[in-house]
Amino acid sequence: MAKVKSFNPLDFAKQVESVDAIFPTVQILDETGKIVNEDLVPDLKDEELVELFSRMLWSRALNDRSTTLARQGRLGFFAPTAGQEASQLASHFAFDKGDILFPGYRDIPQLVQHGLPLHKAFLWSRGHVEGNIYPEDLNAMPPQIIIGAQIVQAAGAGLGLKKRGKKQVAFTYTGDGGSSQGDFYEGINYAGAFKAPVVFYIQNNGYAISTPRSLQTAAKTLGQKAVAAGIPGVIVDGMDPLAMYAVSKAARDWAIAGNGPVLIETLTSRFGPHSLSGDDPKRYRDQASFDEWDNKDPLIRFRIYLTEKGLWDEAKETALIEKVDQEIKDAVKLADQAPKQKVSDFLKNMFEVPTNTIEEQIATFEAKEGK
Amino acid sequence: MAQLTMIQAITQALDIALERDENTLIFGEDVGLNGGVFRATEGLQAKHGEDRVFNTPLAESGIGGLAIGLALEKYRPIPEIQFFGFVFEVMDSIVAQMARTRYRLGGTRHMPITIRSPFGGGVHTPELHSDNLEGLMAHSPGLRVVIPSNPYDAKGLLLASIENNDPVVYLEHMKLYRSFREEVPEGYYTVPLDKANVSLEGNDITIVTYGYMVREALKASEKLKAEGISVEVIDLRTVQPLDINTIVKSVEKTGRLVVVQEAQRQAGVGAAVMAEIAERAILNLKAPIGRVAAPDTIFPFGLAEHDWLPNEEDIIAKVKEIVAFD
Repeated sequence: MAKVKSFNPLDFAKQVESVDAIFPTVQILDETGKIVNEDLVPDLKDEELVELFSRMLWSRALNDRSTTLARQGRLGFFAPTAGQEASQLASHFAFDKGDILFPGYRDIPQLVQHGLPLHKAFLWSRGHVEGNIYPEDLNAMPPQIIIGAQIVQAAGAGLGLKKRGKKQVAFTYTGDGGSSQGDFYEGINYAGAFKAPVVFYIQNNGYAISTPRSLQTAAKTLGQKAVAAGIPGVIVDGMDPLAMYAVSKAARDWAIAGNGPVLIETLTSRFGPHSLSGDDPKRYRDQASFDEWDNKDPLIRFRIYLTEKGLWDEAKETALIEKVDQEIKDAVKLADQAPKQKVSDFLKNMFEVPTNTIEEQIATFEAKEGK
Repeated sequence: MAQLTMIQAITQALDIALERDENTLIFGEDVGLNGGVFRATEGLQAKHGEDRVFNTPLAESGIGGLAIGLALEKYRPIPEIQFFGFVFEVMDSIVAQMARTRYRLGGTRHMPITIRSPFGGGVHTPELHSDNLEGLMAHSPGLRVVIPSNPYDAKGLLLASIENNDPVVYLEHMKLYRSFREEVPEGYYTVPLDKANVSLEGNDITIVTYGYMVREALKASEKLKAEGISVEVIDLRTVQPLDINTIVKSVEKTGRLVVVQEAQRQAGVGAAVMAEIAERAILNLKAPIGRVAAPDTIFPFGLAEHDWLPNEEDIIAKVKEIVAFD
């Protein structure tokens, strides 16, 4: 009781500090590939560790190949993912096919791992509707462009899953910039109020295009935004695949058990520009910032860890990269075969029951397209 | 058949919808125990349970996002936006998200959401509550905007909207809620969407309008009839997309047209009707198209509403002007 007595509600500095203090960063595997937190090491089998690393390598290769394709003009919009492999693929590794994914525009690797055929990801990038027509069993929405919109939608889907009594969750990603949107707060607050099973990720890669994280909020961390919604918030080393998996798994378990949502901030970095549509990170990042994050590369530390465990070697890596290159070539070929889009089809997809003015426009465009 | 006010007809429609389909959900600010600020959802939570009819936090964008997420889980959400002046808070969810979902996903997903909201002037609300923002909605491809003008249509159009697999913005004029009663059948029936209603048949001039202005137009028509002018009144019911055929047919018959809207003149539904007629039936016109609308100011301060809102006298004056054109 003495503690309560000494609490001074007007000591604002102390209040801010006390909130900051309860959000340490979770790390399990450090930059040198050593386990630093034995207690939290996730219970993953050897083959699962290899599978996770393979997915991260696949993602890096996909990033590199997509960058080349984009520069050749063979893709449309492309947001590089190199550096975020642990944040994206190790978090996704904790979910299953029945969970509903609400990705942001940079979260293509998780979408493909969730079941989106790769050629459709390329078609989305190019701006072809086929890229948004998903297989029946793919529980996901196409990448969201408005950076807070998926947060409120995920809250709704989570509530739906709860009402249906399904033992599944919704999970969704935005960035440090996205955490500044009003919808971000409305979404986590709604999910908290309804105890909806949702896992919210803020992938804090330091920059919303060129605006630094320090300008997004006065809060010391983004994870602590959970406090205002009355839900758990966790900050994770987003370059550490074991920590990313362990925290994600714990969050999913918590949500499925009926406790409501969890907010996870991942501290990560994009090694490249915001997108390949003209952004030059050298205008707003210095060399020291690139070097610092290069040293934290999730692939390097995970590779060392697996190699020391005898689970990985150079031959395996070479074989995997060759396989990925082939997969990407095949996907590009498939994407190239997509039929030309028709405006009459767009019109047909405006309403289930077309209106008379739309029907007229369909006829007009069908006549043009028939020529 | 019972004599019901429009709000009673709406409550009855919601009750029937909840009864018929367990996937329907009503949610919004104060819609539960309180039955909504206008009591449109009165008694529905007690009857259908808190799982089906529930309050949300006071955040409109959250309501929109919730509706989208629930629709993806195959629910049929009927969210309420407490006053339509608050719609700006949820514009992204309505216009940029649910309205484009079917298109964006190549026709593979439904968004069967009916957003109900009170709107319209003349009831002395505080700032930012009333306003006529249907034009803003009508400007957004992928949405249906439905506005009933009487209890019978209100019930049938609401049930049709809820059954529809695309998003509908269903706007309830506050001044119509309790201003009169009408015979409304007890059970289930629908009034088709996208179909205008010829509320009054006439030969000399066509008035195209919707919502509360239908009442004013009908009153005006009665007085005009006494002066020997036969008016045909078309109630759009669905203001977007427009039932062009019904309007064109009427203009072909009468050769004269006046559009009436409570909203400001500068844009909106009336302008769309005028453009369509100019394009499709201009040679049938014997006179310029007349327009009765509110002036292009922000929605007025409460004590000035009476002077600002279009009314029966404005309609009579405009009709006489158009009829007199030679």
